[in-house]
Amino acid sequence: MPIGHDGYQVGTGFKAILRRDLTSVWRNRSDIASPLVFFLISITLLPLGVDPSDKLLAVIAPGMIWIMALLATLLSLDSLFRQDYDDGSLTQFILSPQPLYLTVLAKVIVHWLTTGLPLALIAPVLGVMLSLPAGGYWPLVLSLIIGTAIMSLIGAMGAALTVCLRSSALVLTLIVMPLYLPVLIIGSNTVSSSVAGFGAAQGLALLGAALAMALLVMPVAAAGALRISSNH
Amino acid sequence: MSEPLLTLNNLSCERDSRTLFSGVHYSCPPGTLLQIVGFNGAGKTTLLHTVAGLLPAACGDVRWRGRPIAQQRQAFYQDLLYLGHQVPVKPQLSVRENLLWLGALNTPATEAAIAAALVEVDLAGFEDSPCYALSAGQKRRVLLAQLYLSRAALWILDEPFTAIDKSGVLKLEAAMARHATNGGVVLFTSHQPLAMAEFTTLDLSAFQLSEQPSEEAI
Amino acid sequence: MAWQWFHRLGSPRWFYEKSSRWLVWFAPLSIALMLVGIGWGLGFAPIDSKQGDSYRIIFIHMPAAALALAGYYIMAIAGAVGLIWKMKLPFMVMKSAAPIGAALTILTLATGSLWGHPTWGTFWEWDARNIFMLVLLFLYAGIVVLAEVYPSRDAADKACAILALVGTINVPIIYKSVDWWYSLHQPASIKLTGGSTIHSSMLYPLLVCILAYYCFYTLALILYTRREILVREARTSWVLELAQGQGKSNKAGDGL
Repeated sequence: MPIGHDGYQVGTGFKAILRRDLTSVWRNRSDIASPLVFFLISITLLPLGVDPSDKLLAVIAPGMIWIMALLATLLSLDSLFRQDYDDGSLTQFILSPQPLYLTVLAKVIVHWLTTGLPLALIAPVLGVMLSLPAGGYWPLVLSLIIGTAIMSLIGAMGAALTVCLRSSALVLTLIVMPLYLPVLIIGSNTVSSSVAGFGAAQGLALLGAALAMALLVMPVAAAGALRISSNH
Repeated sequence: MSEPLLTLNNLSCERDSRTLFSGVHYSCPPGTLLQIVGFNGAGKTTLLHTVAGLLPAACGDVRWRGRPIAQQRQAFYQDLLYLGHQVPVKPQLSVRENLLWLGALNTPATEAAIAAALVEVDLAGFEDSPCYALSAGQKRRVLLAQLYLSRAALWILDEPFTAIDKSGVLKLEAAMARHATNGGVVLFTSHQPLAMAEFTTLDLSAFQLSEQPSEEAI
Repeated sequence: MAWQWFHRLGSPRWFYEKSSRWLVWFAPLSIALMLVGIGWGLGFAPIDSKQGDSYRIIFIHMPAAALALAGYYIMAIAGAVGLIWKMKLPFMVMKSAAPIGAALTILTLATGSLWGHPTWGTFWEWDARNIFMLVLLFLYAGIVVLAEVYPSRDAADKACAILALVGTINVPIIYKSVDWWYSLHQPASIKLTGGSTIHSSMLYPLLVCILAYYCFYTLALILYTRREILVREARTSWVLELAQGQGKSNKAGDGL
């Protein structure tokens, strides 16, 4: 091959990583299932552990679905950069003219498409099981769609910081949990306030603002963390 | 003598506040084939990481086409092909798919070019095989196929001969020599004796500090 | 020229030698302030008409809460300075600030629940400030743990700095979001502008306590940082000389 390049187009790598990860996930479809199964089982256990009366379940449904979605996301975070770290792909990401921000963004998008989005889409089924009142379904799905995206972004930073540690699960949880708290509060309040008849617009607007901010900050922080982790 | 492409300018490296080597000066004009040698733990891989910009230098800097790489990351990374110890080949993907994403991070590759490169590394016909079915040596060959696809001027190859058989080693040496003839620069490490005629060595053992507590640095 | 002092500020040795001289008067000063403030508050300030003597815990609780929050920003700013100017000392300050801040948050939570028992009849109340302090404790704990488990010190410093910076963006968001909750707590008792809701005979000892806490925090930060400097620079010649000098004169001296 002759030496010399004719300009690298930013975005080539972004598309390639999206395609690469989506293909990998598609060929290992069973991997997507684990957060979903966790989500389903924990929600199924819930009425058995407390009290299956409609009244109680309807009150705690928004919060419970949100908490279980949060835990399911948390469960899937560790694998976000793990394989790329172990096999050296991470080094190739860093040594590319493509900004690391975009590579991280591509990884986060795939993570959200394969965990957050499916969780949000099956949430109405669980809402029925927990006798969520009628007004809560759309807010539940919409708030989970935005909220899981924020959680994937924050989680990417946590996963990037802990990818070089041998037992990272505890540290990852400790780092990420406090940052998830506002998302959980706003998200579950969005659902319960619209169930109570106050509408979901305010909560969804707040989540949207949080998503915009997370999009700006988190991939940058995750990229910085990956540069640090990659050396160890 | 033409302008040096790569310059190591008074380079010092430390790991965990232990200085591995210091004061390395070296200029690589186009056509340099440079083997980094030194005992185990002398900092060969650290040097390669520092040249690639993965690690910050404790002192001094690395210059590419006369400018410090920290000031021109994007341009420098377009010119860089780095193959390390690890094998970034995804087992679920086919050989072609792996080369496509690896290429997209630096020099996007066409189907025809990939087919030609696979012939060079004796993997012709493996385009669609999933990589989990390949042996360790074959996986490394998939990576080496990048040498025939990339247009980068600087190759950094950390132990490229690992898990490669004899004929593969000869081909790899030929590829490196051809890259040098084309005006590129190759930095590599190897534990094997090489058949290549023309290459220079940089011995890191010569840049070790004597065991003395280092003066404080700001 | 302007940059010279700034870079000297980044030199651990310079800091260690300077701080030895500061400590001579700063340590007694902050201890004296602390005794005056706490003594005044606990012993001489008047009794509250509604809460009786139990309100006095505010002299310990409120400054600790203020410092716990301010400490997080001090830690994050130190981390940012270290990241941007690639200096060693700010990272040491950052690492030292984390356990001190965590201790202050624990103190705040403990005194808060002791105060809550006679006032609300419960040790733990799910109100906005309690939750916020608990989350702040988790944020501190994340930094402390991350600094411990990271394989190399340089990487640990940078990783903690990134986490602390992301945390600073999140602290106000977390505060606002838990504030959504209906709160049982009294409204903020000191306002910088406008009338204060507590009587001046209680306010002055409280202000002395806040000042004392700031001094004490600084003192603790300096001592922790000095220890961190000695640990990290243990192999440099100046620390070795220092150790030899102390060994010869056999003085306890001002070493930590």
